[in-house]
Amino acid sequence: MNADWPRWEVFLRARRGLSHTHVGSVHAADGETALQAGRDLFTRRQEGISLWVVPSEQVVASDPDDQDSLFEPADDKSFRFPTSFELPSEVDQM
Amino acid sequence: MNTVADPLLAHVLRHGDRALVLSQRLGQWITHAPELEEDMALANISLDLLGQARHLYTYAGELEGQGHDEDHFAYWRTSTEFLNPLLVEQPNGDFAHTMIRQVLHDHAALLYWQSMTTSRDQTLAALAVRARNETEFHLRHCRGWVVRLGDGTDESHRRAQAGLDALWPYAEELITAPADDAALRSDGLIGDDIADAWRADVAATMAEATLTLPVGVTAQSGGWTGHHSEHLEGLLQELQEVASAFPGAKW
Repeated sequence: MNADWPRWEVFLRARRGLSHTHVGSVHAADGETALQAGRDLFTRRQEGISLWVVPSEQVVASDPDDQDSLFEPADDKSFRFPTSFELPSEVDQM
Repeated sequence: MNTVADPLLAHVLRHGDRALVLSQRLGQWITHAPELEEDMALANISLDLLGQARHLYTYAGELEGQGHDEDHFAYWRTSTEFLNPLLVEQPNGDFAHTMIRQVLHDHAALLYWQSMTTSRDQTLAALAVRARNETEFHLRHCRGWVVRLGDGTDESHRRAQAGLDALWPYAEELITAPADDAALRSDGLIGDDIADAWRADVAATMAEATLTLPVGVTAQSGGWTGHHSEHLEGLLQELQEVASAFPGAKW
């Protein structure tokens, strides 16, 4: 109904030490109401402790048609994966 | 008519009824709000109020000592037994009208729950902490809307002012404690009087919203003692419809 309300991308930090993760979007007239809507929609079941909202129009996205030039060159560069390192046995998890 | 003899039981029922009736009113907005996000917001506020009502009714059952559960108080009382203030039973009107009703209520509710956190009654003090946090968010939401609508376009201002003019006669009752409360207050069971703080908070909100508080209005009262406007009857009919049609049904 309010087609003129801009869209906002919502980012949620699940707990201390984790980064904010994109969880969805809301429509709202301004940042304050976008935060409230984000709280209502995405934290109903204790999903997070911090919220960011960002105007969707501020997000610069890569073009799906550029997939080949942007991402395929990483395909055959196995040397970028640290697969040939032996982990000391004292290190349980990395 | 108020036939509840125990002042603490009456107090608990008054606030349970306040929360339940307003919850039902807000629930009527679902699928009608101006945006999906606002639908969710109103439903959330409504459910918070329903949760407060459930706690208060359960406690009322304990105080009364006749084996009544929360459902008894919600479903099996008539409108004259409901002790909610008149404001919360007033129809929704347009969105601005609903937000004005909510902000008048939430300013009072926040101060009320804040004052109840120091109650000598452990059950009420514990509920008050949770309800205060919930109400803080409700107030933030509807106060934001009232400021935006009041200080918005010509039409939104006109609608917000019309809502305030229509609802103001019912506002003072929120902060006019029933006679029973005096004894509870001196016993430390309920907190300080909130009237002055409420007037100051409401005046500040309306000033920021560029809305004018009506003057010389005759205040309506009677809800706290069971004398209601014609609007409560229909609301309760809807609320109690299923329970009345299928008494004792479980789901």
